[in-house]
Amino acid sequence: MSLATLLAFERPPIDWHAIAPELTLLVVGSLITLADLIWTERIRPLMPTLAGAGLLATLIPILTLAVDGTDRVMFGGAYVIDDLSLVLKALFLIAGYLVVLLSVDYIRNGDYHENEYYSLLLSSLLGMVLLASSRDLITMFMALELLSIPAYMLAGWRKGGATSNEASIKYYLMGVFASAIMLYGMSLLFGMAGSTAFDDIRVALAGPDPSGMAILGVLFVLIGFSFKVSAVPFHTWAPDTYEGAPTPVTAFLAVASKAAGFVALLQLVYVAFPTREDVVEPFFWIMAALTMTVGNLLALRQTNIVRMLAYSGVAQGGFMLAPFAVVGDAPEQSIKAVVTYLIIYVFMNLGAFAVVLAVAARTNSGEISSYSGLFHRSPGLAVAMTVFLAGLAGIPPVSGWFAKFLIWNALLDASSPQGSLLAVVVAVNAVIAFGYYGRIMREMWMSDAPEVTEPHFTVSRALKAAIVLTIIATLAFGIYPQWAARFGDISTSLAL
Amino acid sequence: MEATGSNAWLISLAVFLPLLGALVMMAIPKEEEDLHKLIALASSLAALIAGVFILARFDYDNAGTLQFVVDKSWIDVINSRYIIALDGLSLPMFMLSLVVVPLCIIYSWDHIPEPGNAKAFLILLLVLATGMNGTFVAHDLILFFVFFEVVLLPMYFLIGVWGGPERKYASLKFFLFTLFGSALMILSFLALFFLSDVQTFDMRILPEAAAGIHSTTAIWIFGGMFMGFGIKVPMFPFHTWLPDAHTQAPTVGSVILAAVLLKLGTYGFIRIAIPILPEAAAEWAPWIGLLAVIGIIYGALGCLAQTDMKRLIAFSSVAHMGYVMLGISTLTDFGMNAAVFGMVAHGLITGMLFFIAGSVKERYHTLEISRLGGLLVSAPRLGWILGFASMASLGLPGLAGFWGEFPAILAAYQPADGLPVETFRTYMVIAALGTVLAAGYLLWMYQRTSFGEPSEEWADTEIDDVGTFEWIAWTPFLLAIVVFGVYPNLLFSVTDDAVVNIADIVAKSTGG
Repeated sequence: MSLATLLAFERPPIDWHAIAPELTLLVVGSLITLADLIWTERIRPLMPTLAGAGLLATLIPILTLAVDGTDRVMFGGAYVIDDLSLVLKALFLIAGYLVVLLSVDYIRNGDYHENEYYSLLLSSLLGMVLLASSRDLITMFMALELLSIPAYMLAGWRKGGATSNEASIKYYLMGVFASAIMLYGMSLLFGMAGSTAFDDIRVALAGPDPSGMAILGVLFVLIGFSFKVSAVPFHTWAPDTYEGAPTPVTAFLAVASKAAGFVALLQLVYVAFPTREDVVEPFFWIMAALTMTVGNLLALRQTNIVRMLAYSGVAQGGFMLAPFAVVGDAPEQSIKAVVTYLIIYVFMNLGAFAVVLAVAARTNSGEISSYSGLFHRSPGLAVAMTVFLAGLAGIPPVSGWFAKFLIWNALLDASSPQGSLLAVVVAVNAVIAFGYYGRIMREMWMSDAPEVTEPHFTVSRALKAAIVLTIIATLAFGIYPQWAARFGDISTSLAL
Repeated sequence: MEATGSNAWLISLAVFLPLLGALVMMAIPKEEEDLHKLIALASSLAALIAGVFILARFDYDNAGTLQFVVDKSWIDVINSRYIIALDGLSLPMFMLSLVVVPLCIIYSWDHIPEPGNAKAFLILLLVLATGMNGTFVAHDLILFFVFFEVVLLPMYFLIGVWGGPERKYASLKFFLFTLFGSALMILSFLALFFLSDVQTFDMRILPEAAAGIHSTTAIWIFGGMFMGFGIKVPMFPFHTWLPDAHTQAPTVGSVILAAVLLKLGTYGFIRIAIPILPEAAAEWAPWIGLLAVIGIIYGALGCLAQTDMKRLIAFSSVAHMGYVMLGISTLTDFGMNAAVFGMVAHGLITGMLFFIAGSVKERYHTLEISRLGGLLVSAPRLGWILGFASMASLGLPGLAGFWGEFPAILAAYQPADGLPVETFRTYMVIAALGTVLAAGYLLWMYQRTSFGEPSEEWADTEIDDVGTFEWIAWTPFLLAIVVFGVYPNLLFSVTDDAVVNIADIVAKSTGG
């Protein structure tokens, strides 16, 4: 074979429109790095603006793709652009934009490396955007690592702080450990199916008597992602990492990165493993019940608000895992519930983090006791926080109620005893959860302000914008849930 | 239906006007206290005026059919719709809720409790009003649930921020109890949705659609709703949140809690649980009746053990709601009419008693019965009003309380077909004994707080008598207690058609 034939690389047909969002993100991320190299100090204050604008610009091709509306399959089925993936991509980008808003002042005032921060944030988001479309083990793994590796670094961004370093190391080690398990599982699946494409794996997994290898492969891959979504018993990294990482990064990990984990689980369970519901359902039943219960009980005991939000995030993850336990009996309702929950969760949890940042900027404290009498010191922040907490607790008319409602809807739609039992477990946990959400409300509203009062609260413009955006979304989705639900409705295509 | 269709927006207006007021108030700085009070009063009065229009245009000849129906799409994915309508059963409760809120705002004019902040206090009251109004007119289970829950947070904060020394404990207890009930309730609603012939949350269709549900399942579903509504009522043994919440709540909070919030539970039984699952209701009825009479006796004995006036009134609520639940548990039109009357009467009378307790507390800075005394000498008008309300509360014929209690007891003599007659007759006797106890604790309380000379502690203190704002806020209550007492048919004639419809559903499913 001559060198010429070897070099005559034939490019696979590429649908440029379909990957326009990814390309835009890539270009913006590179531009940020380049701009910093060329103009250094002068451009630095513009970094967050550039990053934010880049994220919003990426929404444009997503919109045009959505208007176009045709499903696009590329690279031999490894990469799929459909309505669901577009909704999730848009969700990641909006979450990313909100995280940029949360980061502006924190990163600037801390004198952390602004340009690297934003370019890493963008590359992590690129990983998520890729993940939403991947229908192949290799693509999925690449996307996962692309989103994880920058996140390990971001967690250690407060280089001087011991806790931040601990956060980063812990997150990194656990993350790599999870990746290793997952890769092993993937290799088992590949060995069995002879292909990395989800479609082939689904076919290979079908049949009444699966081999032990196949079951192990499925379980290992699921466990790998259970680390990502911090499901019990794979949650142990979350509280330390969340507490130690810079708070905007924590928000990013707790919301965007966790959402990405769920998106990966959805694709695996619905596209790759739907024929193995006998393995998937019990696995998620136990995991969901454990996650929500343990997360709740530990959250009750926290005195630091970020740690509490971390455990509450674990519990919320448990609620989101619950519909996976009935994917076989109620596939459509389950995916609808998970996607809608994700959409609602992103806004209410990022909103809560925005308030935490605004309060910490003044009090320099993350202790729950520093929220005492917040209502008397800064009623606006207290009311905003109350809305977000009520959302997380699932109290109408704030959006969280509808998310929980859809979970129950899915569990009862299965009309199986396990489903109904899990529904009751969810109900009991929903009540327990109010114990800690309510405690913060109590601190804010019912406790007296400490004697040494800080100077009057001033909330930066970026944080204010983030709080206003999230509060509008949180209330709107609660009062007219159809707005959030229609995106969940789109997702049912994956269940067919 | 056509004639009232053009006015259908009136109900939504009455429901959401208070919320609109609250939104406007949020934009105004809290230093403008008078402006806040004005806006709060104006928006709640505007809602009341809309309510008066509804009263005027309500077709009383067809009180059994839903009127002013609005049916708009809301959450399509779960087939839940914005259905708002009124019939003779909703109307009195809706009006009660519309009337109580502006009166509470008037009372608050110079009574904003510690630690002040009229803006937040009134905004919460208005949000609360929207939730209460909405619950009584919602005809979609999910919409009902949302309104039912909207009430929770404002009340939590009213108790927790403006309440007494144990306010944090009381507010949390209130919240967790109710939340637990609601979680089970929403599960029941979903079970109904999935098991009915048509997957719907429409309360107008559900009684027929749910007829096919297997009877064992239906009993479980009813149990879920029983928890949701029963905790709210509250029924024995779920009543323990009530005395704490009432005692710690600020005056206006107690008044609204007693006058309207507790009725959300009993209303839920009559409107939702019984007509949708009549067979299961019949299975549950003897047990509900049993808990009701235990509540009557337990509440009365609880009253006798109290040393605090407000706590005593709170326990009397447990007893009175027991009569309402006894009426409901007979599943007859007679019993349920009595229950609805009892709901209105208890709302007016106990609401009034809590107002008085609040005013006494403000003057004496204590509600310890043993430290009070001679109210009739030091503040005669206040003393007489307390006497009047106590008489009404113990069920004196000629005042509203009588028509809630007496027919409820009478109804237990002849419960609906298929219910154990002997059991209910036993309940009747026990409930009748309860009225004697009621007379005992109320008179005892009145005697020790109002008769005789003021104790030495207060001998030299000047005690103000009823003030202007108090008169304005209280007069409608006092008048209504007399009017409904003298002419009960005013209320019975409105509720009867709607209640008969529900009793028919029960009779059809159990007797037929």
